[in-house]
Amino acid sequence: MTDTVLRVENLFKSFGALRATNDVSLDLRAGEIHALIGPNGAGKSTLIQQITGHLASDSGRVFLMEEDLAGIGPAGRARRGLGRTFQISSLAMEHTVLQNAVLGALGRRGHAMSFFKPVMKDVALLEAAHSALDQVGLAQHGAVRTADLSHGQRRQLEVAVALTLRPKVFLMDEPMAGLGLEGAQQMIGLLTELRNSAPILLIEHDMDAVFALADRISVLVYGEVIATGTPDEIRVNPEIRRAYLGDDVPL
Amino acid sequence: MSRETYLNIATLAVLAGVPLWAWMADEPFTITLATRAVIFALAGVGLNLALGLGGLVSLGHAAFFGIGGYAMGILASHAQSYTPLIEVPFVIEGTKSMIVIWLVAILASALAALAIGVLSLRTSGVYFIMITLAFGQMIYYFAISWPAYGGEDGLSIYLRNDFPGVNTLMPMQFFGLCFAILCLVLVGMNLLQKSAFGLALSAARQNETRVLSVGMEPYKLRLVAFVISGAITGLAGALFADLNRFVSPTMLSWQMSGEIMIFIIIGGVGRLFGPVIGAMIFILLEHVLGGLSEFWHVYLGALLLGIVLFAKGGVIGALAGREKAHD
Ligand SMILES: Nc1ncnc2c1ncn2[C@@H]1O[C@H](COP(=O)(O)OP(=O)(O)O)[C@@H](O)[C@H]1O
Ligand SMILES: [Mg+2]
Repeated sequence: MTDTVLRVENLFKSFGALRATNDVSLDLRAGEIHALIGPNGAGKSTLIQQITGHLASDSGRVFLMEEDLAGIGPAGRARRGLGRTFQISSLAMEHTVLQNAVLGALGRRGHAMSFFKPVMKDVALLEAAHSALDQVGLAQHGAVRTADLSHGQRRQLEVAVALTLRPKVFLMDEPMAGLGLEGAQQMIGLLTELRNSAPILLIEHDMDAVFALADRISVLVYGEVIATGTPDEIRVNPEIRRAYLGDDVPL
Repeated sequence: MSRETYLNIATLAVLAGVPLWAWMADEPFTITLATRAVIFALAGVGLNLALGLGGLVSLGHAAFFGIGGYAMGILASHAQSYTPLIEVPFVIEGTKSMIVIWLVAILASALAALAIGVLSLRTSGVYFIMITLAFGQMIYYFAISWPAYGGEDGLSIYLRNDFPGVNTLMPMQFFGLCFAILCLVLVGMNLLQKSAFGLALSAARQNETRVLSVGMEPYKLRLVAFVISGAITGLAGALFADLNRFVSPTMLSWQMSGEIMIFIIIGGVGRLFGPVIGAMIFILLEHVLGGLSEFWHVYLGALLLGIVLFAKGGVIGALAGREKAHD
Protein backbone atom coordinates (compact mmCIF):
# COMPACT_ATOMS: atom_id res chain seq x y z
CA MET A 1 0.00 0.00 0.00
CA THR A 2 2.93 2.33 0.53
CA ASP A 3 3.21 3.27 -3.10
CA THR A 4 -0.48 4.10 -3.49
CA VAL A 5 -0.74 7.75 -4.44
CA LEU A 6 -4.46 8.07 -5.05
CA ARG A 7 -7.12 5.85 -3.56
CA VAL A 8 -10.82 5.95 -4.38
CA GLU A 9 -13.21 4.10 -2.09
CA ASN A 10 -16.83 3.26 -2.81
CA LEU A 11 -17.75 6.34 -4.82
CA PHE A 12 -21.38 6.78 -5.78
CA LYS A 13 -23.02 9.43 -7.91
CA SER A 14 -26.57 9.47 -9.23
CA PHE A 15 -28.21 11.91 -11.61
CA GLY A 16 -31.85 11.40 -10.74
CA ALA A 17 -32.56 7.75 -11.29
CA LEU A 18 -29.36 7.25 -13.26
CA ARG A 19 -26.45 5.73 -11.35
CA ALA A 20 -23.49 7.28 -13.11
CA THR A 21 -20.98 5.76 -10.73
CA ASN A 22 -21.90 2.83 -8.56
CA ASP A 23 -19.55 1.81 -5.75
CA VAL A 24 -16.34 2.56 -7.59
CA SER A 25 -13.07 1.74 -5.85
CA LEU A 26 -9.65 1.89 -7.42
CA ASP A 27 -6.16 3.06 -6.74
CA LEU A 28 -3.29 4.66 -8.55
CA ARG A 29 0.26 3.65 -7.72
CA ALA A 30 3.50 5.55 -8.09
CA GLY A 31 4.93 5.36 -11.58
CA GLU A 32 2.00 3.69 -13.26
CA ILE A 33 -0.47 4.48 -15.96
CA HIS A 34 -3.84 3.15 -14.90
CA ALA A 35 -6.26 3.20 -17.79
CA LEU A 36 -9.98 3.49 -17.25
CA ILE A 37 -11.95 2.13 -20.17
CA GLY A 38 -15.59 1.49 -20.83
CA PRO A 39 -18.35 2.35 -23.25
CA ASN A 40 -19.74 5.85 -23.70
CA GLY A 41 -21.86 6.87 -20.74
CA ALA A 42 -20.20 4.34 -18.44
CA GLY A 43 -19.41 7.07 -15.92
CA LYS A 44 -15.70 7.61 -16.59
CA SER A 45 -15.86 11.39 -16.78
CA THR A 46 -18.20 11.50 -13.82
CA LEU A 47 -15.66 9.55 -11.79
CA ILE A 48 -12.89 11.99 -12.68
CA GLN A 49 -15.13 14.92 -11.74
CA GLN A 50 -15.83 13.29 -8.38
CA ILE A 51 -12.14 12.74 -7.75
CA THR A 52 -11.25 16.33 -8.61
CA GLY A 53 -14.12 17.70 -6.54
CA HIS A 54 -15.92 19.37 -9.43
CA LEU A 55 -18.84 17.08 -8.69
CA ALA A 56 -19.91 16.30 -5.13
CA SER A 57 -20.12 12.57 -4.52
CA ASP A 58 -23.25 11.04 -3.01
CA SER A 59 -20.95 8.93 -0.89
CA GLY A 60 -17.49 7.43 -0.88
CA ARG A 61 -14.05 8.79 -0.21
CA VAL A 62 -10.97 9.93 -2.07
CA PHE A 63 -7.49 9.86 -0.56
CA LEU A 64 -4.43 11.58 -1.97
CA MET A 65 -1.26 10.38 -0.29
CA GLU A 66 -3.47 9.05 2.52
CA GLU A 67 -5.10 12.46 3.02
CA ASP A 68 -8.90 12.30 2.98
CA LEU A 69 -10.07 14.93 0.49
CA ALA A 70 -13.60 15.11 1.91
CA GLY A 71 -14.81 18.68 2.19
CA ILE A 72 -12.05 20.06 -0.01
CA GLY A 73 -13.18 21.82 -3.18
CA PRO A 74 -11.66 21.50 -6.66
CA ALA A 75 -9.18 24.36 -6.14
CA GLY A 76 -7.94 22.89 -2.89
CA ARG A 77 -7.57 19.47 -4.50
CA ALA A 78 -5.63 20.98 -7.37
CA ARG A 79 -3.33 22.71 -4.88
CA ARG A 80 -2.78 19.40 -3.12
CA GLY A 81 -1.63 17.83 -6.33
CA LEU A 82 -4.50 16.70 -8.55
CA GLY A 83 -3.70 17.78 -12.08
CA ARG A 84 -6.36 17.11 -14.67
CA THR A 85 -7.36 17.54 -18.26
CA PHE A 86 -10.94 17.77 -19.47
CA GLN A 87 -12.71 15.65 -22.03
CA ILE A 88 -14.05 18.86 -23.53
CA SER A 89 -11.25 21.42 -23.48
CA SER A 90 -11.70 23.91 -20.71
CA LEU A 91 -9.40 26.86 -21.23
CA ALA A 92 -9.44 30.65 -21.03
CA MET A 93 -10.28 31.11 -24.68
CA GLU A 94 -9.52 34.83 -24.96
CA HIS A 95 -6.10 34.43 -23.41
CA THR A 96 -3.12 33.39 -25.45
CA VAL A 97 -1.69 29.90 -25.26
CA LEU A 98 1.21 31.21 -23.19
CA GLN A 99 -1.14 33.03 -20.84
CA ASN A 100 -3.05 29.82 -20.18
CA ALA A 101 0.20 28.07 -19.36
CA VAL A 102 1.29 30.97 -17.13
CA LEU A 103 -2.06 30.71 -15.37
CA GLY A 104 -1.20 27.14 -14.49
CA ALA A 105 2.26 28.13 -13.27
CA LEU A 106 0.59 30.82 -11.19
CA GLY A 107 -1.67 28.20 -9.66
CA ARG A 108 1.40 26.16 -8.82
CA ARG A 109 2.87 29.21 -7.08
CA GLY A 110 -0.24 29.24 -4.94
CA HIS A 111 -1.47 32.82 -5.11
CA ALA A 112 -2.41 35.46 -7.65
CA MET A 113 -2.59 38.39 -5.27
CA SER A 114 0.08 40.41 -7.01
CA PHE A 115 -1.37 43.59 -8.47
CA PHE A 116 1.33 45.69 -10.06
CA LYS A 117 4.05 43.43 -11.46
CA PRO A 118 3.53 42.41 -15.10
CA VAL A 119 2.82 38.69 -14.91
CA MET A 120 3.99 38.05 -18.47
CA LYS A 121 7.44 39.32 -17.53
CA ASP A 122 7.80 37.03 -14.53
CA VAL A 123 10.79 34.91 -15.46
CA ALA A 124 10.02 31.96 -13.19
CA LEU A 125 6.42 31.68 -14.41
CA LEU A 126 7.47 32.06 -18.04
CA GLU A 127 10.11 29.40 -17.70
CA ALA A 128 7.61 26.89 -16.30
CA ALA A 129 5.06 27.82 -18.96
CA HIS A 130 7.48 27.62 -21.87
CA SER A 131 8.88 24.30 -20.77
CA ALA A 132 5.37 22.82 -20.50
CA LEU A 133 4.40 24.14 -23.94
CA ASP A 134 7.63 22.75 -25.29
CA GLN A 135 6.88 19.31 -23.87
CA VAL A 136 3.49 19.08 -25.58
CA GLY A 137 4.74 20.52 -28.85
CA LEU A 138 3.13 23.95 -28.62
CA ALA A 139 6.36 25.92 -28.29
CA GLN A 140 5.72 27.76 -31.53
CA HIS A 141 2.17 28.73 -30.63
CA GLY A 142 2.60 30.71 -27.42
CA ALA A 143 1.33 33.96 -28.88
CA VAL A 144 -1.77 32.43 -30.49
CA ARG A 145 -5.15 33.25 -29.02
CA THR A 146 -6.48 30.02 -27.53
CA ALA A 147 -9.78 30.36 -29.37
CA ASP A 148 -7.80 30.19 -32.62
CA LEU A 149 -6.20 26.84 -31.80
CA SER A 150 -7.28 23.67 -33.54
CA HIS A 151 -9.11 21.06 -31.55
CA GLY A 152 -6.00 18.92 -31.21
CA GLN A 153 -3.87 21.85 -30.10
CA ARG A 154 -6.37 22.65 -27.39
CA ARG A 155 -5.97 19.10 -26.08
CA GLN A 156 -2.23 19.61 -26.03
CA LEU A 157 -2.63 22.89 -24.18
CA GLU A 158 -4.83 21.16 -21.59
CA VAL A 159 -1.99 18.77 -20.91
CA ALA A 160 0.55 21.61 -20.83
CA VAL A 161 -1.46 23.50 -18.20
CA ALA A 162 -1.67 20.33 -16.09
CA LEU A 163 2.11 19.99 -16.45
CA THR A 164 2.77 23.47 -15.12
CA LEU A 165 1.07 22.43 -11.88
CA ARG A 166 3.63 19.67 -11.36
CA PRO A 167 0.91 17.56 -9.77
CA LYS A 168 1.21 14.42 -7.71
CA VAL A 169 -1.20 12.60 -10.03
CA PHE A 170 -2.54 13.26 -13.50
CA LEU A 171 -6.19 12.62 -14.27
CA MET A 172 -6.62 12.70 -18.01
CA ASP A 173 -9.97 12.48 -19.70
CA GLU A 174 -9.42 11.32 -23.27
CA PRO A 175 -6.32 13.41 -23.99
CA MET A 176 -5.91 11.78 -27.40
CA ALA A 177 -9.42 12.26 -28.71
CA GLY A 178 -9.31 14.03 -32.05
CA LEU A 179 -5.54 14.34 -32.16
CA GLY A 180 -4.94 12.48 -35.38
CA LEU A 181 -2.35 9.80 -35.88
CA GLU A 182 0.75 11.92 -35.45
CA GLY A 183 -0.65 13.87 -32.53
CA ALA A 184 -1.67 10.66 -30.81
CA GLN A 185 1.81 9.22 -31.25
CA GLN A 186 3.29 12.36 -29.71
CA MET A 187 0.87 12.18 -26.81
CA ILE A 188 1.74 8.54 -26.19
CA GLY A 189 5.40 9.51 -26.07
CA LEU A 190 4.61 12.33 -23.67
CA LEU A 191 2.52 10.18 -21.33
CA THR A 192 5.29 7.61 -21.23
CA GLU A 193 7.66 10.31 -19.99
CA LEU A 194 5.14 11.79 -17.58
CA ARG A 195 4.41 8.61 -15.66
CA ASN A 196 7.85 8.98 -14.07
CA SER A 197 7.00 12.36 -12.56
CA ALA A 198 3.48 11.38 -11.49
CA PRO A 199 1.17 8.43 -12.08
CA ILE A 200 -1.63 8.85 -14.58
CA LEU A 201 -5.26 7.83 -14.42
CA LEU A 202 -6.03 7.74 -18.11
CA ILE A 203 -9.40 7.59 -19.77
CA GLU A 204 -8.92 6.58 -23.36
CA HIS A 205 -10.98 5.09 -26.15
CA ASP A 206 -8.12 4.17 -28.43
CA MET A 207 -7.45 0.56 -27.39
CA ASP A 208 -4.11 0.41 -29.17
CA ALA A 209 -2.92 3.31 -27.06
CA VAL A 210 -4.41 1.86 -23.90
CA PHE A 211 -2.82 -1.54 -24.32
CA ALA A 212 0.49 0.02 -25.31
CA LEU A 213 0.62 2.42 -22.37
CA ALA A 214 -1.24 1.02 -19.41
CA ASP A 215 0.29 -0.91 -16.53
CA ARG A 216 -3.20 -1.67 -15.28
CA ILE A 217 -6.63 -1.30 -16.75
CA SER A 218 -9.98 -0.92 -15.04
CA VAL A 219 -13.15 -1.52 -16.97
CA LEU A 220 -16.17 0.57 -16.09
CA VAL A 221 -19.60 -0.48 -17.31
CA TYR A 222 -22.83 1.14 -16.16
CA GLY A 223 -20.96 2.92 -13.39
CA GLU A 224 -19.39 -0.23 -11.98
CA VAL A 225 -15.82 -1.45 -12.18
CA ILE A 226 -16.28 -4.95 -13.58
CA ALA A 227 -12.57 -5.77 -13.65
CA THR A 228 -9.13 -4.40 -12.87
CA GLY A 229 -5.97 -6.06 -14.10
CA THR A 230 -2.91 -6.00 -16.27
CA PRO A 231 -3.45 -5.53 -20.00
CA ASP A 232 -2.91 -9.24 -20.51
CA GLU A 233 -5.50 -10.17 -17.91
CA ILE A 234 -8.02 -7.74 -19.38
CA ARG A 235 -7.35 -8.83 -22.92
CA VAL A 236 -8.29 -12.43 -22.28
CA ASN A 237 -11.20 -11.81 -19.89
CA PRO A 238 -14.22 -13.21 -21.79
CA GLU A 239 -16.73 -11.11 -19.88
CA ILE A 240 -14.96 -7.91 -20.88
CA ARG A 241 -14.61 -9.01 -24.47
CA ARG A 242 -18.34 -9.51 -24.51
CA ALA A 243 -19.24 -6.32 -22.65
CA TYR A 244 -16.88 -3.94 -24.28
CA LEU A 245 -13.87 -4.92 -26.29
CA GLY A 246 -15.61 -7.03 -28.88
CA ASP A 247 -13.20 -8.17 -31.53
CA ASP A 248 -11.25 -4.90 -31.72
CA VAL A 249 -8.45 -6.21 -29.58
CA PRO A 250 -6.76 -9.33 -30.85
CA LEU A 251 -6.17 -12.05 -28.29
CA MET B 1 2.22 51.54 -30.29
CA SER B 2 -1.17 50.04 -30.94
CA ARG B 3 -4.09 51.95 -32.34
CA GLU B 4 -5.79 51.69 -28.99
CA THR B 5 -2.85 53.41 -27.30
CA TYR B 6 -3.05 56.31 -29.78
CA LEU B 7 -6.76 56.52 -29.17
CA ASN B 8 -6.20 56.59 -25.41
CA ILE B 9 -3.66 59.38 -25.67
CA ALA B 10 -5.98 61.38 -27.93
CA THR B 11 -8.78 60.87 -25.42
CA LEU B 12 -6.68 62.24 -22.58
CA ALA B 13 -5.60 65.16 -24.76
CA VAL B 14 -9.20 66.10 -25.51
CA LEU B 15 -10.25 65.60 -21.91
CA ALA B 16 -7.48 67.94 -20.70
CA GLY B 17 -7.55 70.25 -23.74
CA VAL B 18 -11.20 71.24 -23.65
CA PRO B 19 -11.17 72.70 -20.13
CA LEU B 20 -7.81 74.30 -20.83
CA TRP B 21 -9.36 76.08 -23.78
CA ALA B 22 -12.45 76.91 -21.71
CA TRP B 23 -10.23 78.36 -19.02
CA MET B 24 -8.54 80.68 -21.49
CA ALA B 25 -11.86 81.58 -23.09
CA ASP B 26 -13.31 82.17 -19.62
CA GLU B 27 -16.04 79.53 -19.89
CA PRO B 28 -16.15 78.06 -16.37
CA PHE B 29 -19.27 76.03 -17.10
CA THR B 30 -17.41 74.01 -19.70
CA ILE B 31 -14.71 73.30 -17.15
CA THR B 32 -17.36 72.03 -14.77
CA LEU B 33 -18.75 69.78 -17.50
CA ALA B 34 -15.29 68.38 -18.15
CA THR B 35 -14.83 67.81 -14.42
CA ARG B 36 -18.12 65.92 -14.38
CA ALA B 37 -16.87 63.77 -17.24
CA VAL B 38 -13.61 63.06 -15.39
CA ILE B 39 -15.45 62.04 -12.22
CA PHE B 40 -17.94 59.88 -14.09
CA ALA B 41 -15.02 58.31 -15.92
CA LEU B 42 -13.40 57.49 -12.59
CA ALA B 43 -16.61 55.90 -11.33
CA GLY B 44 -16.72 53.89 -14.55
CA VAL B 45 -13.10 52.80 -14.24
CA GLY B 46 -14.04 51.39 -10.86
CA LEU B 47 -17.03 49.47 -12.19
CA ASN B 48 -15.07 48.36 -15.25
CA LEU B 49 -12.73 46.34 -13.06
CA ALA B 50 -15.66 44.29 -11.78
CA LEU B 51 -17.68 44.30 -14.98
CA GLY B 52 -15.11 44.24 -17.75
CA LEU B 53 -12.27 42.27 -16.26
CA GLY B 54 -14.20 40.25 -13.71
CA GLY B 55 -17.43 39.75 -15.65
CA LEU B 56 -19.45 40.83 -12.61
CA VAL B 57 -22.54 42.67 -13.79
CA SER B 58 -23.12 44.85 -10.75
CA LEU B 59 -26.24 46.97 -10.88
CA GLY B 60 -25.49 48.33 -7.43
CA HIS B 61 -22.41 50.43 -7.95
CA ALA B 62 -24.33 53.62 -7.17
CA ALA B 63 -24.17 52.37 -3.58
CA PHE B 64 -20.41 52.94 -3.57
CA PHE B 65 -20.70 56.19 -5.51
CA GLY B 66 -23.24 57.41 -2.97
CA ILE B 67 -21.33 56.15 0.06
CA GLY B 68 -18.32 58.10 -1.18
CA GLY B 69 -20.57 61.10 -1.65
CA TYR B 70 -22.04 60.83 1.82
CA ALA B 71 -18.59 60.34 3.33
CA MET B 72 -17.81 63.77 1.96
CA GLY B 73 -21.21 65.22 2.87
CA ILE B 74 -21.24 63.98 6.45
CA LEU B 75 -17.66 64.92 7.28
CA ALA B 76 -17.92 68.35 5.66
CA SER B 77 -21.33 69.19 7.11
CA HIS B 78 -20.07 68.48 10.61
CA ALA B 79 -17.02 70.60 9.93
CA GLN B 80 -19.09 73.53 8.69
CA SER B 81 -21.47 73.37 11.67
CA TYR B 82 -18.63 72.80 14.14
CA THR B 83 -20.38 69.76 15.63
CA PRO B 84 -18.61 66.47 16.14
CA LEU B 85 -19.90 63.35 14.34
CA ILE B 86 -19.95 61.42 17.56
CA GLU B 87 -18.93 62.22 21.12
CA VAL B 88 -19.06 58.81 22.79
CA PRO B 89 -17.01 56.76 23.26
CA PHE B 90 -14.59 59.26 21.75
CA VAL B 91 -14.96 62.45 19.79
CA ILE B 92 -14.79 62.37 16.00
CA GLU B 93 -14.84 65.78 14.38
CA GLY B 94 -15.86 66.57 10.83
CA THR B 95 -13.22 67.70 8.38
CA LYS B 96 -12.78 69.87 5.33
CA SER B 97 -9.60 68.10 4.29
CA MET B 98 -10.08 66.39 0.94
CA ILE B 99 -7.34 63.90 1.63
CA VAL B 100 -9.01 62.71 4.82
CA ILE B 101 -12.39 62.69 3.11
CA TRP B 102 -11.03 60.62 0.20
CA LEU B 103 -9.49 58.10 2.56
CA VAL B 104 -12.74 57.78 4.49
CA ALA B 105 -14.71 57.49 1.23
CA ILE B 106 -12.37 54.77 -0.05
CA LEU B 107 -12.46 52.87 3.22
CA ALA B 108 -16.25 53.12 3.67
CA SER B 109 -17.05 52.08 0.11
CA ALA B 110 -14.49 49.28 0.25
CA LEU B 111 -16.09 47.94 3.42
CA ALA B 112 -19.54 48.17 1.85
CA ALA B 113 -18.23 46.35 -1.22
CA LEU B 114 -16.73 43.69 0.99
CA ALA B 115 -20.02 43.12 2.77
CA ILE B 116 -22.10 43.16 -0.41
CA GLY B 117 -19.50 41.08 -2.23
CA VAL B 118 -19.37 38.38 0.44
CA LEU B 119 -23.13 38.04 0.27
CA SER B 120 -23.64 38.30 -3.47
CA LEU B 121 -20.60 36.72 -5.13
CA ARG B 122 -21.77 33.22 -4.27
CA THR B 123 -24.40 33.76 -6.94
CA SER B 124 -23.85 34.49 -10.58
CA GLY B 125 -25.67 35.62 -13.68
CA VAL B 126 -29.03 37.20 -13.24
CA TYR B 127 -29.12 36.50 -9.50
CA PHE B 128 -25.97 38.50 -9.01
CA ILE B 129 -27.51 41.41 -10.92
CA MET B 130 -30.63 41.26 -8.79
CA ILE B 131 -28.79 41.00 -5.48
CA THR B 132 -26.49 43.92 -6.21
CA LEU B 133 -29.52 45.92 -7.32
CA ALA B 134 -31.34 45.00 -4.13
CA PHE B 135 -28.42 46.03 -1.92
CA GLY B 136 -28.14 49.29 -3.81
CA GLN B 137 -31.83 50.01 -3.28
CA MET B 138 -31.58 49.12 0.38
CA ILE B 139 -28.90 51.73 0.92
CA TYR B 140 -30.86 54.22 -1.21
CA TYR B 141 -33.98 53.84 0.94
CA PHE B 142 -31.89 54.03 4.05
CA ALA B 143 -30.44 57.39 2.94
CA ILE B 144 -33.91 58.71 2.07
CA SER B 145 -35.25 57.88 5.50
CA TRP B 146 -32.26 59.11 7.48
CA PRO B 147 -33.25 62.63 8.56
CA ALA B 148 -29.96 63.45 10.29
CA TYR B 149 -28.31 64.00 6.91
CA GLY B 150 -31.07 65.62 4.94
CA GLY B 151 -33.11 62.56 4.03
CA GLU B 152 -34.61 62.95 0.60
CA ASP B 153 -33.44 66.57 0.30
CA GLY B 154 -29.80 65.74 0.65
CA LEU B 155 -27.00 67.77 2.18
CA SER B 156 -25.55 71.04 0.98
CA ILE B 157 -21.97 72.06 1.66
CA TYR B 158 -21.22 75.77 1.35
CA LEU B 159 -17.58 75.64 0.43
CA ARG B 160 -15.55 73.13 -1.46
CA ASN B 161 -13.17 71.15 0.74
CA ASP B 162 -9.47 71.91 1.03
CA PHE B 163 -6.46 70.43 -0.66
CA PRO B 164 -3.00 71.70 0.25
CA GLY B 165 -1.69 74.19 -2.28
CA VAL B 166 -4.83 74.16 -4.42
CA ASN B 167 -7.63 76.71 -4.55
CA THR B 168 -10.37 74.14 -4.97
CA LEU B 169 -13.03 76.75 -5.68
CA MET B 170 -11.28 77.67 -8.91
CA PRO B 171 -12.89 75.35 -11.48
CA MET B 172 -9.66 74.76 -13.38
CA GLN B 173 -7.73 73.85 -10.25
CA PHE B 174 -10.40 71.45 -9.05
CA PHE B 175 -10.49 69.95 -12.52
CA GLY B 176 -6.73 69.45 -12.39
CA LEU B 177 -7.04 67.64 -9.10
CA CYS B 178 -9.73 65.28 -10.41
CA PHE B 179 -7.86 64.73 -13.67
CA ALA B 180 -4.67 63.86 -11.82
CA ILE B 181 -6.54 61.29 -9.74
CA LEU B 182 -8.12 59.77 -12.84
CA CYS B 183 -4.70 59.48 -14.51
CA LEU B 184 -3.21 57.87 -11.43
CA VAL B 185 -6.01 55.35 -11.20
CA LEU B 186 -5.71 54.59 -14.92
CA VAL B 187 -2.01 53.91 -14.50
CA GLY B 188 -2.78 51.60 -11.59
CA MET B 189 -5.54 49.87 -13.54
CA ASN B 190 -3.26 49.36 -16.50
CA LEU B 191 -0.75 47.62 -14.25
CA LEU B 192 -3.47 45.60 -12.58
CA GLN B 193 -4.78 44.31 -15.91
CA LYS B 194 -1.34 42.98 -16.74
CA SER B 195 -0.62 41.61 -13.29
CA ALA B 196 -0.98 38.08 -11.99
CA PHE B 197 -4.25 39.15 -10.41
CA GLY B 198 -5.54 40.59 -13.68
CA LEU B 199 -4.66 37.42 -15.58
CA ALA B 200 -6.37 35.18 -13.05
CA LEU B 201 -9.43 37.42 -12.68
CA SER B 202 -10.07 37.61 -16.38
CA ALA B 203 -9.45 33.87 -16.70
CA ALA B 204 -12.12 33.35 -14.05
CA ARG B 205 -14.49 35.44 -16.17
CA GLN B 206 -13.76 33.33 -19.23
CA ASN B 207 -13.74 29.94 -17.58
CA GLU B 208 -14.31 29.44 -13.89
CA THR B 209 -13.64 25.71 -14.05
CA ARG B 210 -10.22 26.28 -15.54
CA VAL B 211 -9.23 28.60 -12.70
CA LEU B 212 -10.44 26.12 -10.10
CA SER B 213 -8.49 23.35 -11.80
CA VAL B 214 -5.21 25.18 -11.40
CA GLY B 215 -5.90 25.65 -7.71
CA MET B 216 -7.22 29.20 -7.52
CA GLU B 217 -10.56 30.32 -6.07
CA PRO B 218 -12.59 32.50 -8.44
CA TYR B 219 -14.64 33.67 -5.46
CA LYS B 220 -11.59 35.20 -3.77
CA LEU B 221 -10.38 36.84 -6.96
CA ARG B 222 -13.81 38.33 -7.55
CA LEU B 223 -14.21 39.51 -4.00
CA VAL B 224 -10.90 41.37 -4.12
CA ALA B 225 -11.83 42.85 -7.50
CA PHE B 226 -15.24 43.89 -6.22
CA VAL B 227 -13.71 45.65 -3.19
CA ILE B 228 -11.15 47.56 -5.27
CA SER B 229 -13.87 48.36 -7.77
CA GLY B 230 -16.19 49.71 -5.08
CA ALA B 231 -13.40 51.75 -3.51
CA ILE B 232 -12.57 53.50 -6.79
CA THR B 233 -16.22 54.26 -7.48
CA GLY B 234 -16.51 55.51 -3.89
CA LEU B 235 -13.60 57.89 -4.41
CA ALA B 236 -15.36 59.19 -7.52
CA GLY B 237 -18.47 59.73 -5.40
CA ALA B 238 -16.55 61.90 -2.94
CA LEU B 239 -15.24 64.01 -5.81
CA PHE B 240 -18.69 64.28 -7.35
CA ALA B 241 -20.14 65.51 -4.08
CA ASP B 242 -17.36 68.06 -3.85
CA LEU B 243 -17.94 69.20 -7.42
CA ASN B 244 -21.62 69.84 -6.71
CA ARG B 245 -21.10 70.77 -3.07
CA PHE B 246 -24.19 68.70 -2.62
CA VAL B 247 -25.02 65.10 -1.96
CA SER B 248 -28.43 63.46 -2.10
CA PRO B 249 -29.92 59.97 -2.38
CA THR B 250 -29.97 60.45 -6.17
CA MET B 251 -26.31 59.45 -6.12
CA LEU B 252 -27.42 56.11 -4.66
CA SER B 253 -30.25 55.46 -7.10
CA TRP B 254 -30.34 52.55 -9.49
CA GLN B 255 -30.46 55.04 -12.37
CA MET B 256 -27.01 56.15 -11.27
CA SER B 257 -25.81 52.53 -11.34
CA GLY B 258 -27.22 52.25 -14.83
CA GLU B 259 -25.48 55.42 -15.99
CA ILE B 260 -22.11 54.24 -14.75
CA MET B 261 -22.65 51.02 -16.65
CA ILE B 262 -23.70 52.96 -19.74
CA PHE B 263 -20.38 54.85 -19.80
CA ILE B 264 -18.61 51.52 -19.98
CA ILE B 265 -20.86 50.05 -22.64
CA ILE B 266 -20.52 53.13 -24.84
CA GLY B 267 -16.73 53.24 -24.55
CA GLY B 268 -16.00 49.54 -24.53
CA VAL B 269 -16.43 46.93 -21.82
CA GLY B 270 -13.13 45.84 -20.30
CA ARG B 271 -11.11 48.44 -22.21
CA LEU B 272 -8.90 50.59 -20.03
CA PHE B 273 -10.26 53.82 -21.50
CA GLY B 274 -13.77 52.52 -22.18
CA PRO B 275 -15.42 54.37 -19.30
CA VAL B 276 -13.37 57.51 -20.04
CA ILE B 277 -14.55 57.78 -23.62
CA GLY B 278 -18.03 56.68 -22.59
CA ALA B 279 -18.33 59.33 -19.89
CA MET B 280 -17.12 62.02 -22.28
CA ILE B 281 -19.67 61.05 -24.90
CA PHE B 282 -22.37 60.85 -22.25
CA ILE B 283 -21.63 64.35 -20.97
CA LEU B 284 -21.46 65.67 -24.50
CA LEU B 285 -24.82 64.16 -25.39
CA GLU B 286 -26.37 65.28 -22.14
CA HIS B 287 -25.17 68.81 -22.78
CA VAL B 288 -25.75 69.14 -26.54
CA LEU B 289 -28.89 67.05 -26.93
CA GLY B 290 -30.18 68.06 -23.50
CA GLY B 291 -30.10 71.65 -24.74
CA LEU B 292 -32.12 70.73 -27.83
CA SER B 293 -34.71 68.47 -26.33
CA GLU B 294 -35.90 67.30 -22.96
CA PHE B 295 -36.09 63.85 -24.39
CA TRP B 296 -32.38 63.47 -24.99
CA HIS B 297 -32.42 60.16 -23.18
CA VAL B 298 -34.24 58.74 -26.20
CA TYR B 299 -31.22 59.52 -28.36
CA LEU B 300 -28.94 58.13 -25.72
CA GLY B 301 -31.02 54.98 -25.74
CA ALA B 302 -30.78 54.76 -29.51
CA LEU B 303 -27.00 55.18 -29.38
CA LEU B 304 -26.75 52.51 -26.72
CA LEU B 305 -28.87 50.12 -28.72
CA GLY B 306 -26.78 50.76 -31.81
CA ILE B 307 -23.59 50.03 -29.90
CA VAL B 308 -24.91 46.89 -28.30
CA LEU B 309 -26.21 45.60 -31.62
CA PHE B 310 -23.47 46.67 -34.01
CA ALA B 311 -20.33 47.52 -32.06
CA LYS B 312 -19.89 45.10 -29.22
CA GLY B 313 -16.52 46.53 -28.28
CA GLY B 314 -18.05 49.99 -27.91
CA VAL B 315 -16.43 53.04 -29.45
CA ILE B 316 -12.94 51.71 -28.75
CA GLY B 317 -13.77 48.37 -30.31
CA ALA B 318 -15.10 50.12 -33.41
CA LEU B 319 -12.07 52.40 -33.75
CA ALA B 320 -9.22 50.21 -32.53
CA GLY B 321 -10.44 46.70 -33.21
CA ARG B 322 -10.52 43.64 -31.04
CA GLU B 323 -8.62 43.76 -27.81
CA LYS B 324 -5.16 42.31 -27.93
CA ALA B 325 -4.37 39.87 -25.19
CA HIS B 326 -2.31 41.71 -22.60
CA ASP B 327 1.30 40.73 -22.66
N1 LIG C 1 -24.45 16.62 -15.11
C1 LIG C 1 -25.15 15.52 -15.48
N2 LIG C 1 -26.49 15.49 -15.34
C2 LIG C 1 -27.18 14.41 -15.71
N3 LIG C 1 -26.65 13.30 -16.24
C3 LIG C 1 -25.32 13.28 -16.43
C4 LIG C 1 -24.50 14.39 -16.06
N4 LIG C 1 -23.22 14.09 -16.36
C5 LIG C 1 -23.23 12.84 -16.87
N5 LIG C 1 -24.49 12.35 -16.91
C6 LIG C 1 -24.87 11.03 -17.36
O1 LIG C 1 -24.12 10.11 -16.60
C7 LIG C 1 -23.70 9.04 -17.42
C8 LIG C 1 -22.20 8.93 -17.36
O2 LIG C 1 -21.64 10.00 -18.08
P1 LIG C 1 -20.09 10.20 -18.24
O3 LIG C 1 -19.46 10.12 -16.91
O4 LIG C 1 -19.87 11.43 -19.01
O5 LIG C 1 -19.69 8.93 -19.11
P2 LIG C 1 -18.36 8.61 -19.91
O6 LIG C 1 -17.36 9.66 -19.61
O7 LIG C 1 -17.96 7.26 -19.42
O8 LIG C 1 -18.73 8.58 -21.36
C9 LIG C 1 -24.25 9.30 -18.80
O9 LIG C 1 -25.45 8.57 -18.95
C10 LIG C 1 -24.50 10.77 -18.81
O10 LIG C 1 -25.57 11.09 -19.67
MG1 LIG D 1 -16.44 10.98 -20.81
